[in-house]
Amino acid sequence: MSLVFAGVCSHGPGITGRADRANPDSRERLYASMDRLRTTLEEAEPDVLIVVAAEHFANFFMDNMPAFCMGMAMNYSGPIEDEQWLGIDQVTIPGAERLSEQLIKSVMHDVDLAYAQEWKFDHGIMVPLHFLTPKYDLPIIPVNINCQGPPLTPLNRCYEFGRALRRACDERPERIAIIGTGGISHWPATPDSGKINEQWDRDFLDHFIHNRRSELTAYSDEQTYLEAGQGGFEIRTFVAVAGATEGATGELWFYEPIPIFAVGATVAVMSVD
Amino acid sequence: MSLYYVQKLLYQINRDEYALNRFQTDFDSFLTEYDLESDEINALRQADIGLLYVMGVNGQILMHFAAMSGYEWNEYLDAMRQGLNEHGPVRAGLYATVWS
Repeated sequence: MSLVFAGVCSHGPGITGRADRANPDSRERLYASMDRLRTTLEEAEPDVLIVVAAEHFANFFMDNMPAFCMGMAMNYSGPIEDEQWLGIDQVTIPGAERLSEQLIKSVMHDVDLAYAQEWKFDHGIMVPLHFLTPKYDLPIIPVNINCQGPPLTPLNRCYEFGRALRRACDERPERIAIIGTGGISHWPATPDSGKINEQWDRDFLDHFIHNRRSELTAYSDEQTYLEAGQGGFEIRTFVAVAGATEGATGELWFYEPIPIFAVGATVAVMSVD
Repeated sequence: MSLYYVQKLLYQINRDEYALNRFQTDFDSFLTEYDLESDEINALRQADIGLLYVMGVNGQILMHFAAMSGYEWNEYLDAMRQGLNEHGPVRAGLYATVWS
């Protein structure tokens, strides 16, 4: 059956953890767009949701940092952060162990991939799930791309990973949804937290929505760091979704800089037809 | 300076309750398992967020240590800014990277 849904969204911990400090109108516009994303996901009737994330030293550290890792567990747990700090309660989330294994085996033919049978979700996955699967009843397959500890996963490999993941999904009878989560420009958890380069974001999103592979994979890490902060490295998750929807375009449903959330909050979908 | 081990210790206490308990109740013994220098040990003991940031600890690791040490979000941001004022630019790690 392959993909029945593809999208991207922000995952900043402030979206849930500092919600009361945001401009109420901005917050409600974002929440409404996330609700629309949830509705669209539900209407696609997926059997499983692949979350392509940029985790933040919750499971992976520089003692053994994979470029790509995919979950292969029966269950996951999260959030790893303090519940009060993140504003999300501790939960157990179902995995899709057998399908994970099949997808991993297939992707491995094209991209070197680590796998993990233990995974504690951080805000990078929990914030999207809080909005998209609030009952935590849809099986999840997590994917991590190294967006945090240089040397980072090259952008062209992220696109290729997305293509390999799509090919693997195409081989399966299940209805599979995919969501990429990350910031665009942002300087999270630093003294510059709240800084957002809106024009940089809009240029990148235009490339993403039109699935311009050459432009999406042309950003250097130096350029990204200088113009979009270290949080900009998370564009890798968007690039992977673009790879998984190669040849298709999308729609930007929401973009608005919300400094207390430390991101230009984003919601977008890509065609899977 | 052993930034790698400072960050590894924080990574482990952020995700492992047993490690956190040892950090909180058996600090000196626990820290012998990491290759740390005296200024790093003091910064960890005092939860000196500003100095740890200047030493190069990644904010994605540091923010959780700050929260568990009682720093409210704005206090956390202010502590890093104060650290820059007191100790100068970030010395190592991602934020001190000289791109070539």
